[in-house]
Amino acid sequence: MDYTYYLIQAMNGIQYGFLLFLVASGLTLVFGIMGIVNLAHGAFYMVGAYLAYWLAGATGNFFLGVAVGVPIGVVLGLVIERLGFVHLYHRDHLLQVLFTFGMILVIGELITILWGDDVHGVSVPAMLAGSVALTDTQAYPVYRLFISAACIATAGGLLALIRYTRLGMMIRASASNREMVELMGVDVNRLNMAVFGLGVGLAAFAGMIAAPVNSVHPTMGDDILIMSFVVVVVGGVGSIQGAFWGAMLIGLADTFGAVFLPEAAGVVVYALMALVLVWRPSGLFAAR
Amino acid sequence: MSGIRFTPSRRAVLGGAAAAATMAGLPRFAIGSPPRIKVGFMLPYSGTYAKLGNNITDAFMLRMAELGDTLGGAEVEFVRVDDESAPPKAVDNITELVLKEEVDVVVGTVHSGVVQAMAPIVREEGTLTIVPNAGANRITRELCAPNLFRTSFSSWQANYPCGDVVLKDGHKKVVLISWNYAAGKEMLGGFTESFTAGGGEIVKEILLDFPNDEFQAYLTDIAALQPDAVYAFFSGGGALKFIKDYAAAGLHGQIPLYGPGFLTEGVLGGVGDAAEGIKTTLHYSVALDNPLNLKFREAFQSATGRESDVFAVQGYDTATLLAKGLEAVQGDISAKRDLYAAMEAAEIESPRGTFRMSKAHNPIQDIYLREVRNGQDHILGVAAEDVEDPATGCSL
Repeated sequence: MDYTYYLIQAMNGIQYGFLLFLVASGLTLVFGIMGIVNLAHGAFYMVGAYLAYWLAGATGNFFLGVAVGVPIGVVLGLVIERLGFVHLYHRDHLLQVLFTFGMILVIGELITILWGDDVHGVSVPAMLAGSVALTDTQAYPVYRLFISAACIATAGGLLALIRYTRLGMMIRASASNREMVELMGVDVNRLNMAVFGLGVGLAAFAGMIAAPVNSVHPTMGDDILIMSFVVVVVGGVGSIQGAFWGAMLIGLADTFGAVFLPEAAGVVVYALMALVLVWRPSGLFAAR
Repeated sequence: MSGIRFTPSRRAVLGGAAAAATMAGLPRFAIGSPPRIKVGFMLPYSGTYAKLGNNITDAFMLRMAELGDTLGGAEVEFVRVDDESAPPKAVDNITELVLKEEVDVVVGTVHSGVVQAMAPIVREEGTLTIVPNAGANRITRELCAPNLFRTSFSSWQANYPCGDVVLKDGHKKVVLISWNYAAGKEMLGGFTESFTAGGGEIVKEILLDFPNDEFQAYLTDIAALQPDAVYAFFSGGGALKFIKDYAAAGLHGQIPLYGPGFLTEGVLGGVGDAAEGIKTTLHYSVALDNPLNLKFREAFQSATGRESDVFAVQGYDTATLLAKGLEAVQGDISAKRDLYAAMEAAEIESPRGTFRMSKAHNPIQDIYLREVRNGQDHILGVAAEDVEDPATGCSL
């Protein structure tokens, strides 16, 4: 195995990292800014995947499905925020955990009622199907390159939003000192709504673009949720930048762990998290 | 259907147990009225394997209806418990059926981990138990018992014949890939046994943590190793994703893919072209062209509105086996010796073809070689006839 093999494995890791970032960024926003431990974040990812499955089938066009599905996801998030989360902002984390855990069960059951327990597949859009040959024996799926591109675009947009807009300024301020932001006259209620909508939108979008490379089934949200929490904790709660580098680190660690230490592949990521926490207890890019 | 009582909640079960306790003083059945038996389904009705549990139950009921809703003249009452395919809950669930509900027969289950927790308890209590799916080798090896039967397969059985198939196709170097759990290792083990005995070489064995389905790094590995073929066991969501990722990584059509039949069961609708040409071995195929299979598929479809599959066949055969046993004893479940002897000697006419039981109570059956063509299962032939599990460690 020559260096191209490791290069391709690095591509695999980075690509997985991008996908993790997309999910984890929404989680870290909601967690860091609103102070909500949102266990239901993985469920929103799953809702996104099911929306992609449903809408891509109904419209016959994957991209149209995503375009229709993201707003549906955001509206769903806003409704849930108004009906449920709004009562939890000043409660302790245990109640939030209970509520969001309940959301996982309710959303899971609704999905089973609507689409059944079967495993579904979403086909890769025709224009992105196929693979590019990298070497004589290695080929890379075009759609995975597209996922990376979409994630880079989203990450760039998100960083620009956080750094250069008024909303971003309020989000950053709120992440470091919420009471002060409230005292300065910012309508935290509306800010929370915007952040939650953004978070759910990101999770749903990630679920949608991941649907063609994932199988769509009722437990898919649980797996991604745990990895996203690892990313958020490693990167530092509330920091978008932290989520990005955390996701890259975890994506690469997961991939190279699988290559070099196949026996311990499941442990590598968590060992890395433990190391980071010993070194920097509040994560690599702690917001506060 | 008449005579079915479902048990949706723990409270209802307790209520039932209380009612049963008050009636405990009454004779089992009055003279002149037909005997009654109580069958308990312990199957997954929620979670990933819910579809399997439902197909097994519905096909069992379909066979019951064909038999006039009686087994050997006995009226049958049903209880069902959702085992959620959760091994930690298995002991509670089986105890509930055997001790509180006092069922005469247990039908269960799908998950190999759950069945291994059930087996010691039903062995101890002596309750007749028929396993309609779980392939754990031990059930008809070390854990075998006079009252424990299996109508499905052993993991070894479904994989062992494939070693010769791969060798005959001219492949000498193979990469194995599966999840790192009991069923995965048993499936790969069965294949490895015959493949290496015939001169094949296992280049690498890749075991992923269950139920991890991020395969990309391993597929890059496979492409770098360039084996003659890949032998894979995954099922359900993992199988669907593996087949799709395998094709997306450019390996489809380059390195042939083999596996036990579960790799392609129930996923062909979701994978499109990516499954074309995958060869698998299994004790059944929907494509089997025998009259009973055609009749069964049609009857299952009209009774449930769903397509039948290998799991439904196993549920159907479970009812047949039980009926054969009870017919020999006129529905008297307490005549255990004659009942078990009749079940051991039974010829089961199944949609998979006629089979009989081994001494260890596992089917002796043909294993078919199947290939995916145009999104459908096709039968290439019989990979091995009358395959019998070695039943190592069983003293029956």
